[in-house]
Amino acid sequence: MSISRRTFFKAMGATAVALSVGKEVAASAEEMTGERPELYGVLYDATRCVGCHGCEYDCAEAHGLEYPDIPKNPPLRKTDEAHLTVVNHYETSKGSLPVKVQCMHCTQPACDAACLTQAMHKTEDGPVIWREDKCMGCRYCMISCPFDIPKFEYQSTNPRIMKCDMCHDRLKEGEIPACVYNCPEEAMMYGKRSDLIREARKRIHENPDQYVDYIYGEHEAGGTSWLYISAVPFEELGLKTSIQKKSYPGLTKGFISSIAPVDILLPLGLLGIYEATRSKPETIEED
Amino acid sequence: MERAQISCTDNKDNNFWKFILSELKPKGKIFTPFNVISLPIMLVGLVIIYLRFRDGIGSVTNLNQEIPWGLWIGFDVVTGVAFAGGAYVLVFMVNILNMKKYKPILRVTVLNGFLAYLFYSAALLLDLGRPLKIINVIIGNNYGVSSVLFLVGWHFLLYMLALLLEFSPAVAEWLNARKLRKFLGTIGLGAVIFGITLSVLHQSGIGALYLMAIDKIHPLWYSEYLPLQFVVASVFAGIAMVILEGSISHKVFAHQLGHNAHEEHNSILVGLAKICAGALFAYLSLMIIVFVHGKDWKYLDSGWGMWYLLEMIGFVILPMLIFYFSYRHKNLLAIRIAAVITLLGVILNRMNISIIVYRWYDVERYVPSWQEFVVTLTIIFIEIWVLRWIIMRMPVLRKSPEWVRDDH
Repeated sequence: MSISRRTFFKAMGATAVALSVGKEVAASAEEMTGERPELYGVLYDATRCVGCHGCEYDCAEAHGLEYPDIPKNPPLRKTDEAHLTVVNHYETSKGSLPVKVQCMHCTQPACDAACLTQAMHKTEDGPVIWREDKCMGCRYCMISCPFDIPKFEYQSTNPRIMKCDMCHDRLKEGEIPACVYNCPEEAMMYGKRSDLIREARKRIHENPDQYVDYIYGEHEAGGTSWLYISAVPFEELGLKTSIQKKSYPGLTKGFISSIAPVDILLPLGLLGIYEATRSKPETIEED
Repeated sequence: MERAQISCTDNKDNNFWKFILSELKPKGKIFTPFNVISLPIMLVGLVIIYLRFRDGIGSVTNLNQEIPWGLWIGFDVVTGVAFAGGAYVLVFMVNILNMKKYKPILRVTVLNGFLAYLFYSAALLLDLGRPLKIINVIIGNNYGVSSVLFLVGWHFLLYMLALLLEFSPAVAEWLNARKLRKFLGTIGLGAVIFGITLSVLHQSGIGALYLMAIDKIHPLWYSEYLPLQFVVASVFAGIAMVILEGSISHKVFAHQLGHNAHEEHNSILVGLAKICAGALFAYLSLMIIVFVHGKDWKYLDSGWGMWYLLEMIGFVILPMLIFYFSYRHKNLLAIRIAAVITLLGVILNRMNISIIVYRWYDVERYVPSWQEFVVTLTIIFIEIWVLRWIIMRMPVLRKSPEWVRDDH
């Protein structure tokens, strides 16, 4: 059991370089997903929504999915692989109120950080999209997403991850998301995230009786591209209010940044211990 | 000496394929209880695997949109990797700390580790929705370098290579390939050092996978120290597995061992028990610090709190005490019992984090389908069959051929 020291250090140097390059790429990716003024998003005003479910049909049409089959007085539903958005009616302190659910398009998405093949991707203009040619179907995005948004086609032999993509294809052609475009009550507004926050503040300020003084999504999970304002506290609408205000990828930052030092220092330490514990006869033999 | 070597190589060239063919034939009895039980299960398992690829993952598993990782990941990967931790711990003890006493069980442990990793990756492939795209992790420009899973995957893959290198001298000895054996001996230390490093990182990385699931895992089980917790657990999980496997293989493959092997092995077991007691103590201390630091007292007074205490007292403190007393009194039976309790405890903890307390607030619970259990058993059985095939042929438990020492 011996190795020429030169070979060993060569191998180690190569590893160190590979790892530090990896880290730089990681750092620039981090910057890319950081808060940028030109991120676009949608402001959803729950006080304007009448719960007609129209957006569910528009979404299905825009994504080539079957029209939803919505029963009268529907129970609380979740999004799934065939329904990328749903509208639920909640019994609240101000009567039965509708609320729309879809991907929140986080500024620093957990799914993007979790994805090991860059299939989940925060685009520079706002939407978090899923890219078919990259995904290997590990479903780690589903484990990581605090909003339980990515859904998987379990019944398919070539399954896709299905989630709202903010109509990324329509955006590329200069249009706006199908649900926003078709909403008869103009409950949704598409625009720059910073403008939307200003608009939300304005509405709350002008009608303080009509709204609770909070923009859901401004800080949740470090900020999301989809923003909510409402007449009742958000937990009454079934939105998760326990979501941390910091970004989710931040939770793994400590671990990921400790990898390179361990990869470089531990082999050196081990080599040192190996040298220290080597029994004498062997050393004489080698000399 | 030189002449002998030349004639030997000639001989090998002529008879190489004959030798391989003869080695492929089964050795030993065919109708053993193990074979009779494992064969039908493996056949059913293979059919289920076929159906999984024909009709999709949903056709054979109970996975759903809330529980995307079930038994195949929770047991085969998250638990199995901890069980395979014995390889890096023993390699560290023998090759780095120079503890020669443990050398007799090194090869079989490394082989076990390698096969475990090989078959757990197979289980992982079954669970991937689009397995062919795994190539995106290895080559191309799709590296998700900020992903914990990406780093785990690479450390996992490279470690499998390191294990293969660590075991390769046994293959060379089996094939009578002297020059190859000599070469493999020279690259050993590199494989050892990087193998240990890669292990520490992917063992902790498995815990780090769950860091972003902060809202989904019960606070008693979630902490920012999950990576550290997982790497400490892999020490006693791996060693307890070595104790159990060693005890079984010394019965099953008794004919492979020289005399003295029995006493030698018993003394090894006592040493391993000591390590387990120490590692369990370190783990317990870590868990207490995490518990106090997290101000988790309020969660104890509930069903989940009791479940947590059961895990901590019944499967950490209890085996720790048994290990402690059994190594002091050199009680082999107690060591084996403690090893089994430890292994059950590791299964319990890893299943808790990956399945049981994952989305603990949900009313509808995920219970693995019978197909998931059968496929898991199938993978374990195939692994044992391959392990047995190798041990019967290569110098794993028995001593290396004479020429290895001559050449050295």
